[in-house]
Amino acid sequence: MGDDGRRVAVLGAGMHPWGKWGRNFVEYGVKAANDALAEAGLAWTDVQFVAGADTIRNGYPGYVAGATFAQALGWNGTRVSSSYAACASGAQAIDSARTQILAGRCDVALVVGADTTPKGFFAPVGGERKADPDWLRFYLVGATNPTYFALYARRRMACYGATDADFAAVKVKNARHGAANPNARYRTPVTAEEVLASPMVADPLRLLEICATSDGGAALVLTSLEFARRHGHAEPVTVEAVSTVTPTFPQGRLEMPDLATDSAVAVPSGRRRFTAAVVQAAYDEAGVGPDDVDVAEVYDLSSALELDWYEDLGLCKEGEAERLLTDGDTTVGGRVPVNPSGGLSCFGEAIPAQAIAQVCELTWQLRGAAAGRQVEGARLGVTANQGLFGHGSSVVLRR
Amino acid sequence: MTTTASGKTRVPAIDGWFTTGDEPALLASRCEACGTYVFPPGPTWCPNPACSSTAFDEVRLGRRGRVWSFTDARYQPPPPFRAPEPYEPFAIAAVELVAEQLVVLGQVVGDVGCDDLAVGDEVELVVDTLFEDDDHEYLVWKWKPVATGVDGEGRADG
Repeated sequence: MGDDGRRVAVLGAGMHPWGKWGRNFVEYGVKAANDALAEAGLAWTDVQFVAGADTIRNGYPGYVAGATFAQALGWNGTRVSSSYAACASGAQAIDSARTQILAGRCDVALVVGADTTPKGFFAPVGGERKADPDWLRFYLVGATNPTYFALYARRRMACYGATDADFAAVKVKNARHGAANPNARYRTPVTAEEVLASPMVADPLRLLEICATSDGGAALVLTSLEFARRHGHAEPVTVEAVSTVTPTFPQGRLEMPDLATDSAVAVPSGRRRFTAAVVQAAYDEAGVGPDDVDVAEVYDLSSALELDWYEDLGLCKEGEAERLLTDGDTTVGGRVPVNPSGGLSCFGEAIPAQAIAQVCELTWQLRGAAAGRQVEGARLGVTANQGLFGHGSSVVLRR
Repeated sequence: MTTTASGKTRVPAIDGWFTTGDEPALLASRCEACGTYVFPPGPTWCPNPACSSTAFDEVRLGRRGRVWSFTDARYQPPPPFRAPEPYEPFAIAAVELVAEQLVVLGQVVGDVGCDDLAVGDEVELVVDTLFEDDDHEYLVWKWKPVATGVDGEGRADG
C-alpha cells in the first residue's frame, strides 16, 4: 500500500458561527454540513457515510448525533456512526469517517458536530451519582473545570517562572487573531491591562483567560484521494494522521475529572505528559516532527494551557514556552503561528464541534483561504485537543 | 459517628474513603501483587496494565504531603456542590504523597487562601464539614498547612 492508501482528502469545511444562540444544536450542525457540502461541490445525496460527534447536554448522546443529523438532512440510507469522547468527540468522528474511506467501504463521508450549552460552569449529569468521578469531584471538592486549568497554570508559575503577564499575553494574541474570524464568538481585541483587570475566577486565572461555553457547529466532507482527483481536486488538503490514544499508566498529572492520579510506586512515571504523547502519536503516523509544522490549532481551555501545548507539540523545550510566546513566534507572521483562528479564547467551547472546527481552520489555512489571519505559505498543520476521562486528539493535515 | 453540639449527627459525605478521629487518613486499596496504591479505594482489578492481580489490601495513605499545585473557587461551583449562604470562596490543593507517589485533590481548610499557600508546602489531612442539613453534618477530607493554624496566620516562611 502506497502513501495514498493512508490519506483521505478534505474537500469541504463548514461552520455555524459560535455564539450563545440558544437554539437547537441540530440547526447548527445542518448549517455547517450544508456549507461543507457546498464547498466540496457535492450534494447530500452524494454522501455515503455520516459520522456524528455527540453532545451530552441535549438529551441522549445528542439524540445519537449521526442519525439525528442524517434525519435532519433527509433520511438517505447512508451508513452512520456516532462518537462520544468528551472534547475529542469530533476527532473520533473524523477518524471513524477516515477509516471507513481507507477500508474502501465508501468514497464520500460527512463529519458533523454541534452543541448548545447552558450558561456558566459545565456541571455533571444530574441525580446522585456516587460512582461517577465527574459527579464526585463537584460533590466532594467543588472542583470545576477551571479548577484543573488553574492547577496547571500555578504549576507552570512554580516550575518555569511563568507570570500573570505571560498568561495575559496569550489572550491578547488570540484575541487579535480571532478578531478577523467571522466564525468566532468574541471578535474584539483586548489589552493585557483589560485581561489582568478581569475578575479572578480560579487563582491565577481570570475571567478573560478561561474558555467560555458556546453554541456552534462544524462539519467536514472527507473523500478518498481517488475520488478527489476524479472530481478535479489535484492537490487537496489531506488528513495525514489522527491520534486518539489513551494515557499510559501511571498517569502522573491530575486530569479532569479525577480526584487523584495513578500511583507510581510499581511503575515509574514517564517523563512526557499525556498531551505530548497524543501529539507524538500523530507525528509518528504522519512521519513528521515539530520542525515540519507551519501552523497549529491547540486547545487553549485557559491562556496558560496554550503554553503547555507549545511544549507538547515540541515547538520548544519544557519551560521555554513563555519565551516562544513573547518572541512573537506563535503570532500570525511569526515562525509557527498557534491558534490563528483565535482558539477557544475567541470561540468558547462547543464540545462535539470543537475538534472538527480545529480541522476546518487548518483546512482553510492550508488552502490560503483564511482571510485576515492567513499563515502565509502554510503546508503542514497540526491540531491538539484534550478533554475529560483520558481523551485527547491530534490531527495532522498537509497540502 | 459523633454528634455535634447542636445535636446533628456527623457522617462522612462518602462512605469508605477516609477515617475520622484524632488522626484521620484517606483509605486506599493496595495491590497485593505489585504494590500499586489506588485512591479512591475499591478497584476490582489492578490499574497497572502489567499486573493482573485482583487482590487488594485496605490501607491508610500518609497523612502529610507536599502541595503539587493549588487554586481557589471564587465563584460558587454548580450542584451537586452544596455551599453555605452566603457563598465564601475556598482554596483547593492537589497534594503529592511521597511514599505512595500519587497526588490527591482536596479543599483547603477554613480561612487559608491562595496567598497563604506555595507549591512544595507541607500540608496535613484533616476531616472537616463539607455541608450540613437539618439533621446531619457531612464530613470530607481537607488539607491544612502544617505551619499554619486554621485561622490562616500565614506560612512559617512567608
